[in-house]
Amino acid sequence: MDLRIGHLYPDLMSIYGDKGNVIALSQRARWRGIAAEVRPYSVGEWREPEWPDVWFFGGGQDQGQDLVGADLAGRNGESLRKSVASGAAIFSVCGGYQLLGTEYVPEVGAAIPGAGILDVTTRAGRKRFVGNLVVDSADGPLVGFENHSGRTYLGPKAVPLGSVVVGNGNNGEDKTEGAIQGKVIGCYLHGSCLPKNPWLADRLLQWALERRHTDVKLAKLDDEAELAARTQATEVAQARP
Amino acid sequence: MPDALAIVANTAGKLTREGLRVMGRGATALPGLVALTLDPDFISALSRELPHGVVCVSGTNGKTTTSRMLSDIARATGWAPIHNRSGSNLDRGVAAALLADATWSGEPRGDLGLFEIDEASLPGVVGRVRPRAVVVTNLFRDQMDRYFELDALARRIGDALAGLPAETALVLNADDPLVASLAIRKDANVTYFGVDDDAVGGNVPQAISDATRCPRCRSPLRYERVVLAHVGVWSCPTGDFTRPARDVSATKVVLGPRGSEVVIGGVLASMYDEIRVPVPGLYNVYNALAALATARALAIGLPESIRALANFTPAFGRLETVEVNGKTLRLVLVKNPAGFNAAIAALLETGRHPRLLAALNDRDADGRDVSWIWDADFETLAPAVEHAVITGLRGRDLALRFKYAGLPAEKLAVVDDPAAAIEKALGLAPAGSEVVVLATYTAMLALREALARTGAVAPFWED
Repeated sequence: MDLRIGHLYPDLMSIYGDKGNVIALSQRARWRGIAAEVRPYSVGEWREPEWPDVWFFGGGQDQGQDLVGADLAGRNGESLRKSVASGAAIFSVCGGYQLLGTEYVPEVGAAIPGAGILDVTTRAGRKRFVGNLVVDSADGPLVGFENHSGRTYLGPKAVPLGSVVVGNGNNGEDKTEGAIQGKVIGCYLHGSCLPKNPWLADRLLQWALERRHTDVKLAKLDDEAELAARTQATEVAQARP
Repeated sequence: MPDALAIVANTAGKLTREGLRVMGRGATALPGLVALTLDPDFISALSRELPHGVVCVSGTNGKTTTSRMLSDIARATGWAPIHNRSGSNLDRGVAAALLADATWSGEPRGDLGLFEIDEASLPGVVGRVRPRAVVVTNLFRDQMDRYFELDALARRIGDALAGLPAETALVLNADDPLVASLAIRKDANVTYFGVDDDAVGGNVPQAISDATRCPRCRSPLRYERVVLAHVGVWSCPTGDFTRPARDVSATKVVLGPRGSEVVIGGVLASMYDEIRVPVPGLYNVYNALAALATARALAIGLPESIRALANFTPAFGRLETVEVNGKTLRLVLVKNPAGFNAAIAALLETGRHPRLLAALNDRDADGRDVSWIWDADFETLAPAVEHAVITGLRGRDLALRFKYAGLPAEKLAVVDDPAAAIEKALGLAPAGSEVVVLATYTAMLALREALARTGAVAPFWED
């Protein structure tokens, strides 16, 4: 069995340590004897957009985000939509999450269209949400660090990833955090997210492997260190939000 | 003579300082806060009285080492620098340094202000102190929850520098495109420094996307050599922005475990061509170049500068060593991916297999977001590590980082209490060996305090 990871715009959308998500997916596959390969996809026409089983799309600076938004408005956006339609999964954080939505509405000027893969819209906000973020969901708890001024609102096709326990999440109003739509996930959890939240990493691995393999059954890993990190981060978040 | 308000602020700050000392506490920031609360213009009121003016040293990494080198150089030339040494490098730290040095009537005893300024505070500070020189060492991602995005920060710094009088000396790193872009005015008085040894650095850009695009036109930059992150020999393919000519340049660098031998080119080459930088690591070569370039901008003679550099000893947590029970602790302060990678490169370049004591905290001074550890190159470090003892408020995140970088569980131990962690790390090290301490700012303070209780080091504020 093998896993193919496409890292979207690693040169432009890789700040705040989001690379840890790619490390987590690769290592958790390798520890189970599954070969993992990571390939970068950046600005300019992609070769083999049909290759990845799972895409990772992280957060970036404003400058990077402009370039990436323009790139996704062209043929690469179409490739990404096709890839999702053919069963690939996406995990996106912060800027990547916003760019997968239907549109981004700046404080002044016209709305900027997104890739249209997640039914969410984001509006510019004045106050930046910076701090620890603890989320509860039916599938398990999540913890990370948020750092964004965009306010994201979900449309009917997306469901929240979870509800906010500490922090602001999607918009600071409705207590939701993140979005899931099919095999596409967006959220505001830096940290990195997946190493400390192994159930979510394994969910994505399962989805990714199912694209080209049948009867995928992930072996159980020893997650003691992962859960210890999650517990410590959650305690810190509750003491110092 | 400062005005009455500044004198009142000075007195109140000094009283606060005395009070803290009586209680046996360090006084690196609070007295400054008291003075600034009473007189927001306190810094400019006192710094106007300094005959040799003020030098602001800023940038993400290397501020402390560069200003300490510069302070030693200034002292060797007979000046009396006032330096906010203790690393409390915000406004209030500067104010605290000024009032610690001033007489009760608010007149400074020193003659040169040497102020380390956080890069985020720099735009606000330079307008007030009217510096004679501003040094920017480099600009990397650091504590993003405080500084937000690097491009925007560089623009703010550039604008603030452009607002200073044209004769203000700017000392800038030519190898960092973001720093090189800070000289906006055509008539700016700039001294550039950089490394011109082809044997230094590699060809592949390291995967840290701080500034891989041209600051002017956003085209992807081309690199002939990459020294660290986006620092190296770069050019913009559109030709709208080029790496400036180096006034002070290292044409040959030989790195060693205890320091580097550097051949200096550029304008300085005619008289003295070889210098010794007695602290290891290529990044300290950059710090030395920044200090020499600044000395030149201040018209300090080269013999004094080189002599002072050769006798330099490192600052708190900057590869400083402490002897404990026949073993050596080497303290390395880490706070961002670029600094971490530079530190581990310095550790590994001489073939060490480090025994580590690593500590991660997430207080304000450390950066509250610990995500950055996932950008740092633990994958290069892990295979060389002999053993790692982990501590700190977010030690579990750090242990997890080592796990995902491939360090086997049997080489890893998490010990929450700082004193117990030191004991464990020393216990695992054979007699005569070295333990490398990698820690963020407040985590290093906690370890330092634990060491001070055993009498191994003096308390930090007496540094």
